Amino acid sequence: MSNKVIYAVYEDPELLKDAARKLVSAGVKVRDVFSPFPVHGLDPIIGLKRTRLAIVSFMFGCFGLSLAILGTYYMMIYDWPMNIGGKPNGFYYQNVTSFVPVLFEFTVLNAAHGMAITYLIRNKTLPGMKGRNPDPRSTDDKFVLELRTEDNHAHSDDSLTGMLRETAVLEINERQC
Amino acid sequence: MHQEAAIRPPLILGHRTYGDITNDVVGPIENKAPRAWYVLITIAAIIAVYGIGCIMYLISKGIGAWGMNKTINWAWDITNFVWWVGIGHAGTLISAVLLLFRQKWRMAVNRSAEAMTIFAVVMAATFPLIHMGRIWLAYFVFPLPNQFGSLWVNFNSPLLWDVFAISTYFSVSLVYWYIGLIPDFASIRDRVVKTWQKKLYSVLAFGWTGNAKAWQRFEEVSLVLAGLATPLVFSVHSVVSMDFATSLVPGWHSTIYPPYFVAGAIFSGFAMVQTLLLVMRKAMKLEAYVTRKHVEYMNIVIMVTGGIVAVAYATEFFMGWYSGVEYEYYTYMSMGAATGQYSWAFWALIICNILIPGMLWFKPIRTSFFWAWAISIVINVGMWFERFDIIVLCLHRDYMPSGWTMFYPTWVDVGTFIGTIGIFFTLYLLFARYFPVLAFNELKTILKTSGESYKGEVLPKSQH
Repeated sequence: MSNKVIYAVYEDPELLKDAARKLVSAGVKVRDVFSPFPVHGLDPIIGLKRTRLAIVSFMFGCFGLSLAILGTYYMMIYDWPMNIGGKPNGFYYQNVTSFVPVLFEFTVLNAAHGMAITYLIRNKTLPGMKGRNPDPRSTDDKFVLELRTEDNHAHSDDSLTGMLRETAVLEINERQC
Repeated sequence: MHQEAAIRPPLILGHRTYGDITNDVVGPIENKAPRAWYVLITIAAIIAVYGIGCIMYLISKGIGAWGMNKTINWAWDITNFVWWVGIGHAGTLISAVLLLFRQKWRMAVNRSAEAMTIFAVVMAATFPLIHMGRIWLAYFVFPLPNQFGSLWVNFNSPLLWDVFAISTYFSVSLVYWYIGLIPDFASIRDRVVKTWQKKLYSVLAFGWTGNAKAWQRFEEVSLVLAGLATPLVFSVHSVVSMDFATSLVPGWHSTIYPPYFVAGAIFSGFAMVQTLLLVMRKAMKLEAYVTRKHVEYMNIVIMVTGGIVAVAYATEFFMGWYSGVEYEYYTYMSMGAATGQYSWAFWALIICNILIPGMLWFKPIRTSFFWAWAISIVINVGMWFERFDIIVLCLHRDYMPSGWTMFYPTWVDVGTFIGTIGIFFTLYLLFARYFPVLAFNELKTILKTSGESYKGEVLPKSQH
């Protein structure tokens, strides 16, 4: 049996969600959904786990804060202590209050950019990449649900398309992969 | 599905479908630009080129080309810097703080406001750089190892905090803006037919596919970036205010500066958003998306922050007088300022920032497009005077009367200032022509809840 990919096109996110719910309850695995905007409530239906990007951001933030503490300690206390306006510089804890703005900014800088870069890499969205959405209308006003026969050995091709026809689908496109 | 109260006015007027929203925003990018656009960008570019010329003259001659003297050693340069940074506060406030507060009306405003923020911060950053005098040594503001010891930058100094605050704010705002733009660029990429447009938007869209996982990550990143950008918005102008507040100059040395500056920044930033958005609304036929209600919401933010600024002025005036210190007699909020040689600047501030924006308390005025636009321009002027007054008025009466002086701008002062306005408008016009001016894919998420024809009952025309 050759592997096939089936794209079901819907006109409304609610119709797509109903269809996905129906398919999943019949034991069909939905490979992916392409939409022009985030469809809220879809992720639990098609079994997507929550992203861990927020944790990545926290870790990058911790890294940034540590680096900033290390940097200010090395430059202002260890390497070249300066007496500026009588601010005490004998120990880090005495001087740290006037480093707070820099520590904060550097933490945010690292947390934001670290997360943003991770996001772009994980999404495979980088400069020069080509769009891989199956239907150009899926970035305009159509909502595309992707099924693959290789994920659904329990169902025949015809029963998959039959099940899709029972939903409020606009059109069904099949492609060999 | 999210439900919205029927009495809440719709945010998208008329009957629109998802496809219509794409057409309305992407249409102007695909079509030829109107003649007015060419006229405007030519004017803006001429001013920009003149400004760049003035900056080059300044760099070659040294900052003596400006009108500063030994008493007034900060003047238009830092006035313009603080003015532009203040303007640059609205974009990230709208997209980050209003996202956290779940204000759906932000979606029609955030994209252009963020673009404005980025261009304004670029203009702001120009002034500290050129006022260094020897711009080729500008890298000394970064903690780089060098052959003088190493002699490091001073992390105790608010001027250095400013370097970190502004560069973090700029780069995080830029990333936030661009991450939001990627899905919209993908929509344009999948639509345009001209080869060069297809190529351009393919590169800009970074290969966005819009699958479920990508959107899930997109929403998480937007939320976390909003959480990170919110304290950033408040920190940037707090740090800018500390450039003044940690000094010993009467009138600057004031503990209310950070919150007062942040309120003033939001006040001026929203005013600039109004100035630009109300013109763009007409020019690009976005009346269905930027409605009277949007303008009213923004005017309410202007009223609140303007109120905070007015209270701060009153506090400054009272505290200076109550201290009984004669040096406080000539600060920017004092009897000396109100009656002295700079009284015109003092009263310009009071009229432009308190009296005229006070008209917004009347509903017919704050819901009128014309008056909202006119008042927003007055606020822009008023906020420039605020920074001018704080800097020049507080400095012009030195501790010794022999140092008392006035500030007279030279043509280079004027040229660098209007030059930055020219560069700003050139960038903004390019943005309006080639970038999606509304976050239209985000707008589609509220179409079925806040779109007029989906809200159950259509409100009579007069309430729009």
